[in-house]
This record gives sequence, structure tokens and C-alpha cells, in this order.
Amino acid sequence: MYVAVKGGERAIENAHRLLDEERRGDPEIPEVTLDQIAGQLGLAVDRVMTEGSLHDRELAALAIKQARGDLIEAIFLLRAYRTTLPRFGYAEPIETADMSIQRRISATYKDLPGGQVLGPTFDYTHRLLDFQLAADGGTHPEPAAEAEPSDAPVPRVVDILNHEGLIEEERPEPAEASVGDLTRDPLTFPAGRDLRLQNLARGDEGFLLALGYSTQRGYGRTHPFAGEIRLGDVTVEFEPEELGFPVEIGEIAVTECQMINQFQGSAEVPPQFSRGYGLTFGHCERKAMAMALVDRSLRCREFGEEAGSPAQDEEFVLSHSDNVQSTGFVEHLKLPHYVDFQSELELVRKMRAAIDTPMKSAAE
Amino acid sequence: MSDGTYNFAYLDEQTKRMIRRSILKAVAIPGYQVPFASREMPMPYGWGTGGVQVTAGIIGPDDVLKVIDQGADDTTNAISIRKFFVRTTGVKTTEQTDEASIVQTRHRIPETALSDKQILVYQVPIPEPLRFLEPRETETRKMHALSEYGLMHVKLYEDIATHGHIATTYDYPVKVNGRYVTDPSPTPKFDNPKMDRMPALQLFGAGREKRIYAIPPYTEVKSLDFDDHPFEIQTWDAACALCNARDSFLDEVIIDDRGGRMFVCSDTDFCTARQAEGHVGPMAGTLPGSASEEVADGVG
Repeated sequence: MYVAVKGGERAIENAHRLLDEERRGDPEIPEVTLDQIAGQLGLAVDRVMTEGSLHDRELAALAIKQARGDLIEAIFLLRAYRTTLPRFGYAEPIETADMSIQRRISATYKDLPGGQVLGPTFDYTHRLLDFQLAADGGTHPEPAAEAEPSDAPVPRVVDILNHEGLIEEERPEPAEASVGDLTRDPLTFPAGRDLRLQNLARGDEGFLLALGYSTQRGYGRTHPFAGEIRLGDVTVEFEPEELGFPVEIGEIAVTECQMINQFQGSAEVPPQFSRGYGLTFGHCERKAMAMALVDRSLRCREFGEEAGSPAQDEEFVLSHSDNVQSTGFVEHLKLPHYVDFQSELELVRKMRAAIDTPMKSAAE
Repeated sequence: MSDGTYNFAYLDEQTKRMIRRSILKAVAIPGYQVPFASREMPMPYGWGTGGVQVTAGIIGPDDVLKVIDQGADDTTNAISIRKFFVRTTGVKTTEQTDEASIVQTRHRIPETALSDKQILVYQVPIPEPLRFLEPRETETRKMHALSEYGLMHVKLYEDIATHGHIATTYDYPVKVNGRYVTDPSPTPKFDNPKMDRMPALQLFGAGREKRIYAIPPYTEVKSLDFDDHPFEIQTWDAACALCNARDSFLDEVIIDDRGGRMFVCSDTDFCTARQAEGHVGPMAGTLPGSASEEVADGVG
């Protein structure tokens, strides 16, 4: 009988209890701690901080734990928490040239000032399951040979190219105040590069990866070179209004990718290299590279390039990059749509009746 | 009773002020979609984040809140949103339409007429009525600016040419105050006439799409149509099985696996009130699990 839609309140409470149980898993097995997540699933934490737009390893670890390892759900938790935080102001731009380097590689120069620093990377591992890790969780890795810490500057590859005028000048925004913030103002089109980069930085890694990949396969080719990828800590400075000068408020780890792309030149500009830029919290190298590819693709109009591919379509890319939005709208199809469906049901019956009637009369 | 961890109605005061400014602009330009800096909320996009932000922007400690989804107070998402506001504001809630000062809704307008002391807040997934005709925001904004709605009329005309009638049953476009073509949110077109000159203020929030729009009290709202194909609403052959109403939107409920079905009011408050007044439908009072076979034959 007619009972199905009643009792929603108790159903929700029970669902929440079940969820808690599932999250906890077998109570005989020790519960995972936030330190363990932050320390041993660090790349998951980095991704959640980046796409959650909130740099806090502990909160990101908590989100991952609460989300049972569903990273998009964790990103969503972090974003929802972020909403409630008051905004004190904007930090000074970070200076990645002064980064304390953990990893720095260039695919365009064999050697360069500052050197190539591999750092912690999967790049040259053989992807063989390591059963040692399964056997004894408490493996103590051998310490890596310490490189001599060097205070020598590690100039950015694009700056080296810039000396020769071979790459486009970075065009600073006319006034600092004009840098947009899409968490405070809704995105409008056409969007400036500042807003595009902000959108991409928050964007879904998988979505940007696929778009970046599509440009390599001919859908809006940009002839990219990984000019430089660097990972390390940078200081964050903030200028409190009452002080009048910036003070250091902390350090954050970031990954930066500078893509160098071909540009044929135009009537006004001689041929030179152009830039695509990617930046993430923590170590999100795949995301930073994909972001740089998509950034460059979205600049097609600026360079007067033909623009017909998905990765060059600003509205398409920016409107669909956010996984919290995407997952919400896709998954909302689970919510009841009885009323709309009822309306469609009536319509389909009416249309079928209209088809049936003349067919019947023809047969008679 | 509210949870002291968060600010009243979850959002901080600056954010609520920003939302109220957008609402004021929306009220000043009926039917126009005002971009606003929508926030991430603790429920997913698509679950009503726009409506929740609008309600959070306007709600005060003395308000009485009613939340419905598909017309019903007891659907899971309505319960979840109502609980959210109870937790973050401590306001009184109700299921009775005439008791509420704010009614937040998804997909329906209550059957009971609203008064000028009430505000109806709609949760909107796609605020742009032209979106399925033109996917680009830059284009649709231009079309609104120029009142260039020919495309919509062509779509409705093509329906008539193909089917003999307009084949849009919900999300049926309206023109507000003779100017902006506006999306009623996916309410069934059955509800469109209620929007016209409604005494209550109608506010629409689309969180993911970052738009707020409004229909001020007593504003003309006209469903698009043609002189020779006037706008029509759905009708049912059946009456509500519980309260015998013939003038309300009826949901179809499948009651067995042999094609048996019954029709009941989608608006649970309306239905309950009618039953309390003594209206009796053909299946009123039947207990769960009993008598379903005979009745199914009777209705199906």
C-alpha cells in the first residue's frame, strides 16, 4: 500500500548510522589516524587541498577519513568548511623563484643553473607491486643520500629564455586590485586569464588531464615542452592593514609547471615561445602539467589561433571543470523527480494515444 | 536550540548581505537572472544549494519555515534541508502552508494559495530558460538583453507542428512582467497559473549556476503560447484516492506488480488538511498491506 514515501526521517538517520559503521570498518582493526593519512597518503591530501582550495593538511586528512577515501567527497567537505571561514584579506603573490627546492626538472635543457633535481618521484620506478610493503607494514626505508643544500639561486627556465626575448613577456595585470576572485564574484564570460587560472587550479584533475591530453592528440595542438616543473616550499606573506608592510605568515608546498609552447608569430609579434602555467598546493604534478596545457589552449584567441577544439572553448572548459559542481548535478538525478516524471508520463500516454487512434481507424 | 558552532543560518553576515543585495536587484528587475557569488554549501549542488542560500539570506529568528520537495514535507531532501535550518537557526518549522512565513520548495508550488505575508523560495537547477536551445551563456545573455525570444517561439511552434500540441510539461517557460522569459524551475506546468499575480514574493536560487531571480508580489506571469494554441494545464481522470481532490496535482503510485495504481495529491499538507475536513477518497483509511487488490482493480 501507500507507505513507500513515508518515514523519510528515520530512513535518513539509519542511513547515517550505516555510513558511520561502513566508514569505521572492522572494529577489530585499529582506526586510521589523521597523522597516518597526512603522512602516508600525502598525495591524496595534496589533491584534496588543491581542489578544495584550502591549505590545511589536517583538515584535508580529516575530510579523506570522513569521506572513506572518496577524494571528490573529501574535496566537497573541505569546500563546505571553507565557506564558513572569514576572509581577512589577500596574501602577497608567492615568489616561486625563491622556492626551497625539493624537485626541479626541465625537459628543455640537459643542464641549467640550479641543476636537475629529481626529488621524490614515481617517474623512474618500475611499476611492480612491492609485496614487501604488504608483508611488513613497518618497513624502514633507507635514507636517501643527502644532497648538499645549496643557497645558489635556482632561476626559472622561462626567465632564462626571457633574457633572449625568445619567450613572451609575462604580462602583469595593470593593477593588483584587478585580479579576480571567482569565490567572491560569479564567473562571467569572456573571463580573463586570472579567473581562468583560478578556475583551473580548483578544477578536477581528471577533467583537466583528459582535456590536456586531447590537445596533444590534435584537438587544438599547442606544441608544448615541459620547460620546468618545480616542487618545494614557498613563504606566504600578508600585509595587515594596520602594519603597512608584509609579514611572513607561513610556508606552503606548491608544484609549479611552466609549459613552453610554440607560437608562429603574427603581423605585430615575431615568432617566439608562449607560456602555459600550472600551479597546485603540495605535490600534484599531473594536475599542474594538465593545467598548464589547458591554460595555453584557452589563450588561443589572444594569439589569433583557430579555435574549434573543446580545450580551446572557454565556456565549455570553465563551466565543467569543477568536480563539486559536476558531481552534485550528476548525482542529483537520484533525488525524487516524481512530479516531473508524472508530467512526462501523461505526455507520453497522450502522444501514444494520438498515434494509436488514427492507426486503429485505418485498420477498421 | 541552534548549533552554536556556525553563524546564524550557516553563512557569515557579509555573505548573507551579498545575497540580499542580489535579491533586491532581482526584485527590481522581475524575471532577470542576477549573477551572485554562490558559495559552497554543506549539501551537494543539485540538492538545492541556491534555495538554501536564498533562505539563509532572508531568514530571521522569528520566521516559520516550511520545506517541501515534490510537494511533500516528508521527502528525504526536504527533511534534510529543514533539519539544516533547525540546526543552524533554531527557527520554528511547520508543515502547514498557511503557518509558514518562508516556504522553500523543489518542483512544486503549494496548492493552498499564498498570501502577501509569505515568501516562496524555489530551488532551481538550470535558471536559463533558453539553455537547451543555446548552450552558451554569452549568447543567451545577449538574447535576453535584446528580448530576442524568437528561438523559444520556434521551439514551441515545432512542437505543435510535430505533435499537434506543445510538448513541454514541466519547466514551461513564462514571461515575467512582459519583459523577461523566465524559467519557473522544473515545476509542472500545472503550477504555472499560480505564479501569475501571486500575492507572495517568489525568489529563485540557482547555486551551481550562481543566479538569483525574483517575481515580486502581484506581478504578471504569462506562460508562453499562441493565440490558436492557448496554454493548457494537465488534468486527471482520477481524483485523489485519499482526499478525493480533483483540482490538485496528483502523483501516480504503483501499488502492485499487475499494473495496479492509485493517484494521490503530491501536496501532502493540502491532502492531510482536506482529509481532516472530512473529504474522503476511495482508498482513505485503508491500512498498509490490506485491501490493495480490490482497490487496485477499482482504480487501475
